[in-house]
Amino acid sequence: MSVVTVQLGQCGNQVGRELFDVMCSDAQDAGRKTHSTAGWERFFRQTTQGDLEARAVLIDMEPKVINHSMSRAAKSGRWRYGETSHFSQKQGSGNNWANGYCVHGPRHRDAVEELVRREVEHCDMLAGFIPMMSVAGGTGSGVGTFVTQCLRDIYPSAFVLNHLTWPYGTGEVIVQNYNSVLTLAHLYQLSDAILVHENDIVHRICSQLLKIKQISFSDINRVIAHQLGGVLQPALTPDSCGANSRNPLGELVGALACHPEYKLLSVSTIPQMASSSIAFSTFSWPALLKHLRQMLISNTKMEEGIDWQVHPPPASAGRTRTLTAGSFNTSLANLLILRGKDVYSAETGGFGDSAIYTSWLPPEEAFSLWKSPVPFNKYEKSATLVSNSQALLRPLDDMVRKAWNMFASRAYIHQYVKFGISEEDFLDSFTSLEQVISSYTQLQC
Amino acid sequence: MTQSVVVQVGQCGNQVGCRFWDLALREHAHVNKRGLYDEALSSFFRNVDSRKSYSGACCVGGRIQRLKARAVLIDMEEGVVNGILQGPLREVFDSTQLLTDVSGSGNNWAVGHLTYGSAYRESIVNTLRKTAEHCDCLQCFFLIHSMGGGTGSGLGTRVLSLLEEEFSDVCRIVTAMYPSAEDDVITSPYNSVLAMRELTEHADCVLPVENQSLVDIVNKISLMSHGAKPGCVLKKDCTVTSGHGSLSPTEKPFDAMNNIVANLLLNITSSARFEGSLNMDLNEIAMNLVPFPRLHYLVPSLTPLYTLADVNIPTRRLDQMFSDAFSKDHQLIRADPKHSLYLACALMVRGNVQVSDLRRNIERLRPSLPFVSWNQEGWKTGLCSVPPVGHSHSLLALANNTCVKPTFMELRERFTKLYRKKAHLHHYLHVDGMEQSIFSEALSSLDALIDEYHQLDATKARLTPDPPRLSIAR
Repeated sequence: MSVVTVQLGQCGNQVGRELFDVMCSDAQDAGRKTHSTAGWERFFRQTTQGDLEARAVLIDMEPKVINHSMSRAAKSGRWRYGETSHFSQKQGSGNNWANGYCVHGPRHRDAVEELVRREVEHCDMLAGFIPMMSVAGGTGSGVGTFVTQCLRDIYPSAFVLNHLTWPYGTGEVIVQNYNSVLTLAHLYQLSDAILVHENDIVHRICSQLLKIKQISFSDINRVIAHQLGGVLQPALTPDSCGANSRNPLGELVGALACHPEYKLLSVSTIPQMASSSIAFSTFSWPALLKHLRQMLISNTKMEEGIDWQVHPPPASAGRTRTLTAGSFNTSLANLLILRGKDVYSAETGGFGDSAIYTSWLPPEEAFSLWKSPVPFNKYEKSATLVSNSQALLRPLDDMVRKAWNMFASRAYIHQYVKFGISEEDFLDSFTSLEQVISSYTQLQC
Repeated sequence: MTQSVVVQVGQCGNQVGCRFWDLALREHAHVNKRGLYDEALSSFFRNVDSRKSYSGACCVGGRIQRLKARAVLIDMEEGVVNGILQGPLREVFDSTQLLTDVSGSGNNWAVGHLTYGSAYRESIVNTLRKTAEHCDCLQCFFLIHSMGGGTGSGLGTRVLSLLEEEFSDVCRIVTAMYPSAEDDVITSPYNSVLAMRELTEHADCVLPVENQSLVDIVNKISLMSHGAKPGCVLKKDCTVTSGHGSLSPTEKPFDAMNNIVANLLLNITSSARFEGSLNMDLNEIAMNLVPFPRLHYLVPSLTPLYTLADVNIPTRRLDQMFSDAFSKDHQLIRADPKHSLYLACALMVRGNVQVSDLRRNIERLRPSLPFVSWNQEGWKTGLCSVPPVGHSHSLLALANNTCVKPTFMELRERFTKLYRKKAHLHHYLHVDGMEQSIFSEALSSLDALIDEYHQLDATKARLTPDPPRLSIAR
């Protein structure tokens, strides 16, 4: 089953290219080991000349980034984007969600739908869509939301898993919080699940784990690609009866997003280290899983600075939970994906412990395990945890708080009204997200 | 890729504009090694093959034939424009892009705005329309003029309102040169205040530049080059300090000052022309830096303004560049943004600078910069990978900051000193269409603007609590 990726805006197109790069080289490595060519079929198709082309549609309102991504891909020699799989205009969305959603989206709807349709026709069976975008700008966020809506309308039975990159807290775009609030509120109604990466967290991974001195956006994007690849590459799932899953997105959504109010997913990967150190390190499943579990419950996104003092609260703890109460991260559901050597001997009981889950979902429902004996991206053993938990609660709350502060003074609102978004629309979005925040805050063990 | 059109009005506007085109050509020559007419060049230049029949316009991708600037040059006396047409840039301008008259505006805003404004309305609109038609996707008009004179200030602001009428969805960014207190034009306060009202109402963004600041900066640079310590060598041929290496062999006075302003324009458009890991388009500038429609005065500061040839501590120099951008010596108006209130700030970086350098410096400088309560972390950042000629990196900071208030208040002072005595008023009132009410309206517009900044300043000391959040019914 094939997945069609829709890359939107500068971030979506830059991260997307790194993702395909990782998946291609990993699939080729895997192919050499397992003598199977199925590893790439999910995300690539083969042209008549035997070249690999990504199952992707590239969309941006200005041409520079798409041109850059396409030429970089082609230069790699291992894969490329389809010649005609892209759509760009001359002028960007100006960091304005309203411009993206109300003007550019509808204006170019037909062209974009045509590109998506052509890509879908290349798929034997469509597993679903992964729109990739940032929430801070105008095109990724605004056009991305509109395109997600179109995908929902035209392919009602396909799964839509949005991948979002959240910006640095201290700003890349001044109106980023407005754009983020509008995007998230709308996507919550449209998306099956929303997978989030935060620039701040990934930046710390680059500096503290990968020891990169001068971190560039390429470094950031490569970490995101590595983590996403760990989720999306083929794996054996409980439903797949001994073969690689043919319904990865459906199974992921089924495992994690069982309730419409809880759709925010975060990703953690272990181990992550500078590639020069990998050869000199040995990994054991018990150690990796112990760290990963503690990362989950203490809400640390990497294996440095883990707070080992955090434990699940005793069963008799108080019923009311507030945002700041304790540092224990309650999960709704977790999906653990293990890849590499001795994967069948890995002991994952710690993740099935009911103490770390909310009370109204039994741990057998809450915890899912996927495995693949094929090592991923040069790591002999690696574990990826996709988590529907309170991990994103604080960043989401910060985002809404800052947006609300700005909204209270009506700053920049005239820029949105100009393109068709009213104060009412803003208020609706704020209301939706306060509801999401409240739901996640109320998650209790 | 989008195109921008530069409209230069009056003596000052045309002199600055001329420096801009010179530097733009040099920058593109430096970057564009293969002589192909690429997207970046097309943002400011047309490629014309005179052998072709219809208008001769060539598409992107071919070899460069003859580059024509996307510019409109307007002046009501011929001296400056004729000088340009006889100088080394004569090939770059089309005679159809020029609008001149002979007698000048006599430093009278009313003559520029009303008399010439009406007389030349048709031809101005036609010229603008033709220039716009040559553009595939016109994104922005850059208007350059001074505030103190008659043509730049009067006719320039008339052009501004014509641009709003005829091309309402194209961004209008005005680079306005404000006169210093010792300006030799006595009526410059009148002209400036009358023009200010137009800028407040019709421009999307204004980049105010004060002559005095430019003079100070140029003096500082020449001090560096003369009183330099041994081992410090100033790079002589970079775009900032001189026209050296460019087309004109001799430097005219004001050239150094105009170079700075020309660099400002080059850097603002760099991310729209060249690629980078975090692009910043021109329409993003207004979107991020203008929280309320009238408060669109953005204080520019440029670093580095000079370079030292011995660079052996790369990271320290980079951080120094960021610190300099916020020091009052580098602002292009006489203001100290660090002691006023920031509404928003944009950092446009060029060269080999990565996001971690940007983040590190923002975190470092942030605590010392007062931001308005509802935009505590409001930074707009852009990374362009192509550095300017002669530097390895550069930074342009645009700040929407209440430090413009003193400049405007001083302007109002100078205006009222004359207006109280009705000095020179008759020169204006004699002009057909000019009335005293225009003066009083302009003054109240300026008053209202100063007041808006004042209100914001007042919030600076106050600790405003967060507004209560929406509460959800359980």
